[in-house]
This record gives sequence, structure tokens and C-alpha cells, in this order.
Amino acid sequence: MSELILTSENFDASVLQADKPVLVDFWAPWCGPCKVMSPIVEELAGEMEGILIGKVNVDEHGDIAQKFNILSIPTFIVFKGGQVVEQFSGSMSKDQLRAKLLGHL
Amino acid sequence: MEIENVVIIGSGPAGYTAAIYAARADMKPLLFEGQRLGGQPGGQLMLTTEVENFPGFPEGLMGPEMMEKFKKQAERFETRIVSEDVTEVDFASRPFKIKAGEQEYLAKSVIICTGAQAMWLGIPGEQEYQGHGVSACATCDGFFFRDKEILVIGGGDSALEEANFLSRFAKKVSIVHRREELRGSKIMQERAGKNPKIEFIWNTEVREVLGDGTSMSGVRVFNNKTNEEGELKADGMFVAIGHKPNTSVFKGWIDLDEKGYILTKPDSTETSIEGVFAGGDVADHKYRQAITAAGTGCMAALDAERWLADQE
Repeated sequence: MSELILTSENFDASVLQADKPVLVDFWAPWCGPCKVMSPIVEELAGEMEGILIGKVNVDEHGDIAQKFNILSIPTFIVFKGGQVVEQFSGSMSKDQLRAKLLGHL
Repeated sequence: MEIENVVIIGSGPAGYTAAIYAARADMKPLLFEGQRLGGQPGGQLMLTTEVENFPGFPEGLMGPEMMEKFKKQAERFETRIVSEDVTEVDFASRPFKIKAGEQEYLAKSVIICTGAQAMWLGIPGEQEYQGHGVSACATCDGFFFRDKEILVIGGGDSALEEANFLSRFAKKVSIVHRREELRGSKIMQERAGKNPKIEFIWNTEVREVLGDGTSMSGVRVFNNKTNEEGELKADGMFVAIGHKPNTSVFKGWIDLDEKGYILTKPDSTETSIEGVFAGGDVADHKYRQAITAAGTGCMAALDAERWLADQE
């Protein structure tokens, strides 16, 4: 699967009502560590089965960031059945992120 | 196993400059970009805002953007970049051994440019509220503190820079410093002093980050002049109290000073082990600038090139 581009319009349907777990990457173009993580997240989206992976540009969709009380980016939230099941911030390696996601499959 | 001419560890201005010079000297450098050990790939500039003092960029540019340019330039000359942390080295015999990920690499020479990273206060609540008010990156997170009250801890240039940047968003920025005067440069002090949103809280040490479990609400402080304890209300806290070198991997192999910085020979980038060189902040607690890091990174590549030529 390729990475989902999440917006204020499609967030509910694509994330909260999804039938699989979803990883959401909250990012912005001015954030250095986000730029480090973006290609990693995109690669995992292409490689992993059983989980949807998407990103929210907080600059364009501040309402979503606000709703989930994002105070730092990059922040990653794993949703399952419309609920937040894990949230973490900062950069990490591809293997570390993959391991975290495997725990939710 | 192939033996590399030169392995460069680190991906800040020093590492990439060393790579550009080494690659152009046909040394085919292998560069470890790192992941988490040294902070983040790209180094400290990945967490900074506007860089206004790097010559050649009269309009200034953002730190992350600058590091993208450094990386591109290194890639243009075919530096091979590996996105792994170096977790172990063995400098006991040549070729040197470098372990990263699951793999071991061999190298005739090594250039260490692992830099330094920002220190934390190490107080209760600090880790717990990271991402919930406590931040390591003003550039990344300033945006979320629109019309909020925030604290910047520290008294040097980076504290003043962060405070100025954050004042674009915040309602009020308080610089909390444990002394009565600043260490920062004149121009930064004046800028902060004139900024109506910035205030200074002197002689004050932060002892604990307070909150309700989900977000931070303030800090417990101690005034070291009056010996009084108190609380400051705040929605966010940015820590800028200095740096520590990323040298834990090299401890025991090469000589470090008492603060952990790599010792290099006078007028050179040679370390205490022949064939191992160091450039950038990892060997410099004095200047710590992007331009000086690039300068000593260049020196390290030239030193390595000459040393390798002498070996043959």
C-alpha cells in the first residue's frame, strides 16, 4: 500500500473508521527530524501488510493536530478501531518503527 | 571483506565537508549518517531555525535546508551514505574495525565527526512530558505554542535564539537562567532585551516539570539567591543549557578531555591513534559553529588523504 495523505476531510473515514490499525505521522515541512522520518514512513507504508500508514501535514490541517493535542513533531499515533493505542514522538530508525508497528498487528 | 580508504562517522557540517573533500580526492568515502546515537542525522542544525551567519547565504536559510544542501553536495561526488549508527569500533589494529547495524566494516582511516547534542536538565517530569509540553526542538514545535506561555531554560546564545524564535508564536517567553547574567553574544542579548514578549527570570533553577499526566502545566523552581522555592506556570518548556559530545563509542580507544571531547594534536585533526582523525564539534567545545565544523571537517579529509598517501 502506498502512504495515505490525510486531510481534515478524509481523516475520520480513513483513520477512525478504518478496519485495520493505522499509523499516522504528524509532520510539517519546516521540521528537520520530520524530514528524516518521512522517507522511512513512506518505505514502511510500501512494505508492511495489515496496517495502514498515513501522514498529516499539521501546517495545513491544524485542526487534526489540535484534536489530538499534538505539541511536538514528528509525532506518531497508532489508531485501532478509532482509538489512540500508542503515541510517540521524535526520530527513530526504520527497524525501531517497524518493531513498534508489528506490536499492533 | 573490502577495506575502505576512509570511513566518516557523522552527518553534520563536518562529516559532509570531509566527505566532499575525500570524494573529490578520489578516496571513495563511506559515511555513516547515524540514526539516534548522535541526536539525529544531519546533526544539531536539524533542530535549529534560521542560520544567518554562514557565509554565502546572504538571506540566511533554515538549518534543515542547509543540511540537505550539504548532503546533496556530498552525494554529487558519490559519497556512499549508510543510515546506521556506529555502535562499536576497534582501533587496536589496522585496518580499523567499525560495527554498524549487523555489519562490520574495515577501514584504513577513520574521520570522526559525531558532533555534540543538547543536554537535558535530568529532572523529574522532563522525560514524561516530552511531546506534551517539553520540547527539544524549537523549530519543530514552536508552532504549537501559539498564544501560549513558554519557558526557555538557559543563558547562552542558543537559549536567546530559541526565545526570539518562539516569541513569534507565544504570548510570553520567559528565559529562566540560574545566574544573574547571560553568556550569550551582545547582538543576541540586545535582540532579546528589546523583544516585548521576552522576560528574564534570574538566579532560578528548574527542579521539576509539573502537569496533570497528559500535559505540562508548569515547573517547580528554586531561587538560588533567596533560597525560596516556587512554581512557574507554563504550557511549554524548551531546554537550551549546553551540549555534550557524542563520544561514548570511542571511549577507551582515543584520548578524550575531561568533558569527553576528542583531543587532537595542535594544528591538526589527528587524534591519539594514528590514522584516526576528528573534526567538528566532537573535538571543539570552544567555537561550535557550522562554519568551523565545516572547516575542521575539511582539514580532517586533507589530513587523512596525506596520511594515506604516506602509508603507500
